[in-house]
Amino acid sequence: MNGPHDMGGMHAFGAINPEPEESEPLFHEPWERKALALTLACGALGQWSIDEARSVRESLDPALYTSSSYYQKWVEALTRQVVEKGLLTSEELETATVRQMPEPGRYRVLNAEAVDKVYSAGGPTSMDIDNAPLFKVGDLVLARNMNPIGHTRIPRYVRGHVGEIVLWHGGHVFADDSARGIRRGEHLYTVQFMARDLWGPEAAAQDSVMVDLWEPYLEAP
Amino acid sequence: MAHDHHGDEMTEPPSEMALRVQALESLLVEKGLVDPKALDVIVDRYENRVGPRNGAHVVARAWTDPDYLERLRADATAAIAELDYTGRQGEHMVVVENGPKLHNLVVCTLCSCYPWPVLGLPPAWYKSSPYRSRAVIDPRGVLAEFGTMLDEDVEVKVWDSTSEVRFLVLPERPEGTEGWTIEQLIPLVSRNSMIGVEKARPATGAAA
Repeated sequence: MNGPHDMGGMHAFGAINPEPEESEPLFHEPWERKALALTLACGALGQWSIDEARSVRESLDPALYTSSSYYQKWVEALTRQVVEKGLLTSEELETATVRQMPEPGRYRVLNAEAVDKVYSAGGPTSMDIDNAPLFKVGDLVLARNMNPIGHTRIPRYVRGHVGEIVLWHGGHVFADDSARGIRRGEHLYTVQFMARDLWGPEAAAQDSVMVDLWEPYLEAP
Repeated sequence: MAHDHHGDEMTEPPSEMALRVQALESLLVEKGLVDPKALDVIVDRYENRVGPRNGAHVVARAWTDPDYLERLRADATAAIAELDYTGRQGEHMVVVENGPKLHNLVVCTLCSCYPWPVLGLPPAWYKSSPYRSRAVIDPRGVLAEFGTMLDEDVEVKVWDSTSEVRFLVLPERPEGTEGWTIEQLIPLVSRNSMIGVEKARPATGAAA
């Protein structure tokens, strides 16, 4: 979707003002620790994919999205997801009281003992797919001018531009479908776009931006 | 905004966010959906055990071991796994090498994708709107803000992490470090140099 999260190339957000690496705390508020841990632990229940989680975050009201800190966005999104998936009800959240316990054994809960094993294993998104890739390294491709209402990972700033395939990653879970709960693969490529093609003559002639794009985002130029 | 650890703020009531997170946690724990001890282990893992020292180890090894560098180029995920750095948000790794005329910079314009097994959780600025918006359109301005000035003839490549592939920048080895061991080199490899906003720390001033 053309949401507030698709920020590449926007102006007016101002300076970065990075905190020095040596003194920046990992968490700036104590609750951020719990926001991270709850988001991961709830994700481990397997009720939604990472793409669904991203989709919920980027569907937040644009004014809320741009005015919230990153972990605030996570909490907003997590609150919506636990209600949408029936883990908590709105009434339980409003009253801070449990109304109904889940059926025993319905959910696979992440135990403390399993945390390191689960996160050290991760969840690869590569998958074997039957069809051969349409493109190969060195090919020029056009990033489609597409504006899907649902989740997508093709940033607005490359749409309609021609780039060159520099890496082919094989089949990967296609984010747009995964965000709708459908796990299927498409060929994934890294595409190099020259900065001047994207941003005009003020960009340095030799500079470029590499973007990972799935095959459905691409066509022959 | 800052309800943090300063002593004179101890009497402030918890922020709205703190209360909301507390309420979520209480309900989820009471319903048996979240193991409170698991929350502690997750925080400990990413606060104390998985961080940029892992990536610095990968870089220092690549600087000192040409065979390892070759394996890193051929299959970064496997080469990084040799050092036991694996898992979530690093399942598919690509290493991009800086050189005298090439500078790589990593961003996630759409959210906050970042190679957790080698760098830990991203710093706040990496997830901020200014960095996400500007890195692709004004990389040289962004680099200047970090004090990184490049010659005009250097090529800048920006890697926007739009899939589950994660990028680690291999910074240039600082001059004057010939013969240094991996342990001596690791402190020169800043987190920021592996994101690409800075170069590795100079040998000057570091314990040789």
